[in-house]
Amino acid sequence: MSDGTLATVRRGLALSPELRPGMAGTVALALVQMGGRVAVPIAVQQGIDHGIRGAGGPDLGFVVEVVAFTFVALVISTIAGYLMTRRLFTVSETALGALRSRTFRHIHDLSMLHQQSERRGSMVSRVTSDVDQISLFLQFGGVQLLLSAGQLLVSTLVMFIYSWQLALVVLLAFGPSVLIIRLFQKRLGAVYRTVRERTGVMLGAVAESVVGATVIRAYGVGDRTEQRLDTSIERLRVAQQRALRTSVTSFSSGEIGAGLALAAVVVVGTLLGIGGGLSVGELTAFLFLVTLFIQPVQIATDMLNEAQNAVAGWRRVLDVLDLDPDVADPDDEGVQLPPGPLSVRFDDVSFRYPGGPIVLADVDLTLDARRKYAVVGETGSGKTTFAKVLTRLMDPTAGEVLLSGTPLTSVRFSSLRSRVVMVPQDGFLFDATIAENIRFAAPELTDDELAAAFAELGLADWAAGLPAGFETPVGERGEALSVGERQLVALVRAYVADPDLLVLDEATSAVDPATEVRLQRALDTVTRGRTTVAIAHRLSTAQAADEVIVVDAGRVVQRGPHAVLVADEGSIYAKLYASWLEQTR
Amino acid sequence: MSHSRASRDVLGRGLRVLGQAIRTEPRLFTIGVVGSTLFGLLIIANSYVVGAVIGRVVVPAFADHRATTGSLALVAAAFLGISALRVAGVYGRRLGAGYMQFRLQARYRRAVTRRYLSLPPSWHQKHATGTLLSNANSDVEAAFVPIAPLPFAVGTIVMVFAAVLVLFLTDWVLALVGVALFPTLFGLNVIYSRYMSPRQIKAQQMRAKVSAVAHESFDGALVVKTMGREEDESQRFGVIVSELRDALISVGRLRGLFDPVMDSLPSVGTLAVLLLGAWRLQNGAISVAELVTVSFLFTVLAFPVRAIGWVVAELPRSVAGWERVQAVLSATGDLHYGTQTLPSTNPASLKFAHVDFRYDDGPLVLHDVSFEVPAGKTVALVGPTGSGKSTIASLAIRLVDPADGTITIDGVESRELTEAALARTAALVPQIPFVFDDTVRGNVTLDRDGLTDEDAWSALRLAEAGGFVEKLPDGLDTAVGERGTSLSGGQRQRITLARALAGHPRLLVLDDATSAVDPRVEAAILASLRSSDAGASILVVAYRRATIALADEVVYLEQGKVVAVGTHAGLLATNQGYADLVTAYEKAERVEA
Repeated sequence: MSDGTLATVRRGLALSPELRPGMAGTVALALVQMGGRVAVPIAVQQGIDHGIRGAGGPDLGFVVEVVAFTFVALVISTIAGYLMTRRLFTVSETALGALRSRTFRHIHDLSMLHQQSERRGSMVSRVTSDVDQISLFLQFGGVQLLLSAGQLLVSTLVMFIYSWQLALVVLLAFGPSVLIIRLFQKRLGAVYRTVRERTGVMLGAVAESVVGATVIRAYGVGDRTEQRLDTSIERLRVAQQRALRTSVTSFSSGEIGAGLALAAVVVVGTLLGIGGGLSVGELTAFLFLVTLFIQPVQIATDMLNEAQNAVAGWRRVLDVLDLDPDVADPDDEGVQLPPGPLSVRFDDVSFRYPGGPIVLADVDLTLDARRKYAVVGETGSGKTTFAKVLTRLMDPTAGEVLLSGTPLTSVRFSSLRSRVVMVPQDGFLFDATIAENIRFAAPELTDDELAAAFAELGLADWAAGLPAGFETPVGERGEALSVGERQLVALVRAYVADPDLLVLDEATSAVDPATEVRLQRALDTVTRGRTTVAIAHRLSTAQAADEVIVVDAGRVVQRGPHAVLVADEGSIYAKLYASWLEQTR
Repeated sequence: MSHSRASRDVLGRGLRVLGQAIRTEPRLFTIGVVGSTLFGLLIIANSYVVGAVIGRVVVPAFADHRATTGSLALVAAAFLGISALRVAGVYGRRLGAGYMQFRLQARYRRAVTRRYLSLPPSWHQKHATGTLLSNANSDVEAAFVPIAPLPFAVGTIVMVFAAVLVLFLTDWVLALVGVALFPTLFGLNVIYSRYMSPRQIKAQQMRAKVSAVAHESFDGALVVKTMGREEDESQRFGVIVSELRDALISVGRLRGLFDPVMDSLPSVGTLAVLLLGAWRLQNGAISVAELVTVSFLFTVLAFPVRAIGWVVAELPRSVAGWERVQAVLSATGDLHYGTQTLPSTNPASLKFAHVDFRYDDGPLVLHDVSFEVPAGKTVALVGPTGSGKSTIASLAIRLVDPADGTITIDGVESRELTEAALARTAALVPQIPFVFDDTVRGNVTLDRDGLTDEDAWSALRLAEAGGFVEKLPDGLDTAVGERGTSLSGGQRQRITLARALAGHPRLLVLDDATSAVDPRVEAAILASLRSSDAGASILVVAYRRATIALADEVVYLEQGKVVAVGTHAGLLATNQGYADLVTAYEKAERVEA
């Protein structure tokens, strides 16, 4: 077995402590089950030597005794088998369930950077098909592997008891096969890894064809997508077939070993018997034992091959768990944000994506509590990055962000996420009703409070016009609603979270002007007492803010009330505003 | 058993799935069965060799205290020869079965994904991405799981018949043990599959649910993060994972009950043979060699007979997967394209006549919508949030069909056009930009015929994306990642705009698609489209007055109805709702001031 496999299994066991307890009991039960299987050849030997070819002629009574005794042993073995399988399933499925949950949580804990760079389809496969692969293996191969190991152990032991010479012959005959199998394990590890990787790529391609279905249709590029899908499907098939060829070749070497062992046992056994060292019954029993020895070797070879597939899946899961959630929750070591409205301090903050250019450069500013700020600037000027750093979706590469004097990195997420809420431009909704989506932010919200929230934001009429009011299902990703409507729901969702610092990242970009203006006024009244930072493309938002912060190429170039900035002729803001007027008048 | 009829049915349906699979890949199946049969017959041969060796070589040798080298060499050669032939059998069986399984999986994955591409957006909206992923992946996989042991099982059936025949030739009493044993094994397998079926189906359903929840949750990762709901999402996921776990454990319990019994039965057969054999031997009906052969046979048959069990046990899961796959393959509602093409190179005209539209059985979202975009003109669609503008945009390029009324392009009803004609004539830039996991070039050209790098660059420049693309590390060759996550929102919008422009459409539909583009740039784009040699008609969903002002005509919508049509100035003067909407910012400013 390759080191990689063993290391993976070790890492996996360390991360799934649920697998360990009771392992000894399970193995003990497997041994008992195997004891029953080995009892049969012993019965045959005893029956032949002492019953059929007994000294005083055939002794039927003795044979009946032996058979009855072995039958009882078989019944015990069957019961042990039942208990063993039951235990194995319960323990392994419990552990794998926990592994799924842990990986799921870990993926959510990863910073946006990782979530962006990892393909989503492939992340889904970490908690689905990769774990399924382990589960399917354990359900089938794992049981077989365990039983095989038990059978191998017990039959070897009994072989040695019957004749240590013949037992050695069997082991020697299998020597070359074992070497070949070992050699193949490494290659198998590699080919199964390719299979898992290509499964991930295939899932990614399928996901894209499903999510991009509209665009594919609109541009009539179905053929191109089809080709890509076909390629990824075909590449997976080729990898699967290569893995199979490798595993069959490895399996066959066990088959050859079996032939060698049988031949050697008969030849050596006959020679031993001639010398009087072995009875006919014993040699017969030995031939039975060799098959009992061969079967598990063959099954185990096969299952080890399948195990490679499972290990490849396990490795992919562990690789995700190994990713460092670089924007980590300080958790118990963290502090709570001080109560009351929050002020913001950017202390020489810079940000760049790994390997990318600087997106925020030496931003140094203070935002007072209870005030409304608008952040404006051209596309790509760093506005969204500013919002993400402010809400600790990402950590700055240099400098520090403080909320009411507390460094952001030391604040517990439980405190941070309940006090600071950002509404992203893409108002993602879950496939549920509007009410359920709102309650995503505040599970305790009563129906009356829900209705009140819509009313307070001036959206009661809109909600009343929906087919089923608050119980209207929004569809996957909210796609049963228009983009603007999704933004309205996302805004209410943030509003009911009742944060002390509300960050809006072009949260109303797809809402019509009249509704936006209404919302703005509503937010004005309801946001009094909290600090609001609105990233805005529409300068109507800037006009309504207490203060405007102008960002250009990652730097803060202007700040002040709208009226003051506009008066500064030739300034970036003055130009932006002129262009705004041009498009609204 | 209330579910016994359904389960019996599962067995039948499962066998039909297998039949379908065999008809699809008869050659590979034959190779697998031949290999497996060879393997099985060799197992019987091996038992005979073992018996013969004991009876004819070992017993005399032990009695005479000597053995000839020749007889021992023959024995060794027989075992090694059988072994070599068995390797051939194993190759045939395993490669035949495996290739068959993988080819079937690939074939059905292609078929399923082709359906995804041809089913209309309304169908996609009703099916969660995670479920569709699971249909193409684990359901296809599940459908063909029994294929792997199938040739083995078929070979085993041949072997069992051969074994029973051989048993009868040896001794009819011992043969009766086999006659009793093999049908019992088969019967137990059938009973097993009957009980297993609902458990496996449940597990497969839960797998799909786990996939769906994970997909949605990772899709909404940003919202989960900003709301700090990781814990609750984990709980939501945990509930389903627990259900899957319980379903799998219940599968395991049944398996635990069944497997050891199946394992032990052949051993019981061996014991019966020993008992009856001793009696028959006493009567002189059989020899020691024959007794050894028969008991050896039961020992080695135990394992292959399980292969039948594997096939039967996997049938419920197979049927569950197969049916979910079939549901996709047989889904209806395709948009059928017509045969008409539009050879013109001039700007296209678009006409909506009395168009009604509803999503499925929902209420009407468009009522009697009529308007026209004359060739070469620009028409703006204006209306409050949720008034039906995006639906009109989808109808204009025939992503969906109206419930009533007609939509014509250049006088031809859009249903009559070929897919290629539609795609070449009309382009939609959607409100939410979708970027493929591809290079910038791939995203702009989509490998459409005749689109060169120059076309890509000129489209990118027109969409104001030339600047940032030039600065990307590999220019046009830069990979932009799944759904363009490495680009900013505005950049994504410009790439999708360039994608539309690159195809030189004769009708351009912009669904609020330029919000991240500077209005002056937007004006330039629209102007250049109108003045270029080819030229285009434009239908634009807009809120900006600057954009609206560029339009020759404005269609004002409220609640899915066309309320007014006219010039911007005209509507401003005559329609209060329109005036309120487009002058909202100015009014707000006046109130502020």
